[in-house]
Amino acid sequence: MRTRTLVVTGLLVALVLAGVASFYASSHPDGLEYVAGRTGFLDSADEHAAGDGPFADYATKGVDDTRLSGGLAGVVGTVVVLVIAGGIGFAVRRRGSTDDRQDSRDETVV
Amino acid sequence: MHVPDGFLDIPTSVATGAVAAAGVGLALRGARRELDDRTAPMAGLVAAFVFATQMLNFPVGAGTSGHLLGGALAAVLVGPWTGVLCLSVVLLVQALLFADGGITAIGTNVTLMGVVGVGVGWLVFVLVQKVLPKRTSLVPVAAGLAGFVSVPAAALTFVGLFAVGGQAPVDLGAVLTAMLGWHLVIGVGEAVITGLVISSVVAVRPDLVYGARRVLATRTLEVRGPTTDREVPA
Repeated sequence: MRTRTLVVTGLLVALVLAGVASFYASSHPDGLEYVAGRTGFLDSADEHAAGDGPFADYATKGVDDTRLSGGLAGVVGTVVVLVIAGGIGFAVRRRGSTDDRQDSRDETVV
Repeated sequence: MHVPDGFLDIPTSVATGAVAAAGVGLALRGARRELDDRTAPMAGLVAAFVFATQMLNFPVGAGTSGHLLGGALAAVLVGPWTGVLCLSVVLLVQALLFADGGITAIGTNVTLMGVVGVGVGWLVFVLVQKVLPKRTSLVPVAAGLAGFVSVPAAALTFVGLFAVGGQAPVDLGAVLTAMLGWHLVIGVGEAVITGLVISSVVAVRPDLVYGARRVLATRTLEVRGPTTDREVPA
């Protein structure tokens, strides 16, 4: 499989997960929040400084349909993360590439 | 396990901020050893994938849910240093864009999930790989085990931080038991998802799985011609 095929497929899967499947995710509090609630320190949480942002809590402001609102937030987040992390990855990489055979022959694999 | 602002006091938040900054700094240098022209595209993909899967909470018990942490997954796919970078980008975007995880708590969350989640995931993976036979089919198994351990490890770290800097007077023993208990269960989900994702990448492009390099390096290349059958070491 070509790298491009793998990357594009992976991204599509991610976008579908974030944009569509996320609607069906459990709305129960996660482990930390649940424990905090049960043992009594949940109230020490402060209001979030970015709580009024356009995508706060994975809902898109101004979009009434819950499915679309959540899905859009998921897609936006996935793309933003992709661009930032992808940018860092490309910036940091060593130029040029080693193929497998060269790797195992010339390098001490650590 | 996204910690909101206010759970931990300012000194603890600052300290974890320093740990996170150091971790990211080291990771930027370490990632250079892990990424080249061939593997660089995986960094963006892994981060995007972790972000997406972190949105998918699955129920683990009456009233509780868990979600993939992705530390072991990232470490095995792109290497531990790049993994720290991927998780950190995810956590940063989550806190700033989605108000998921506090802003003063960013250092805490990066420490818990980026540093501990990825670090423990990678260490367990390496240890398990040393013990198992060198076969590509076992890479997902090692990755799954690594994922399983990484989740309660991060939870334990939170309890430690809470013991030092928690802002509410609650029974520490109760917090420890509950956090560990729930995150062991969530760890099972992590193991399954990690194993499945790694096995699907290993099946199509094992050379793009950082954790599979040693296994691939031990493979011998068989050269078969019309008149000779001989093995050439790769």
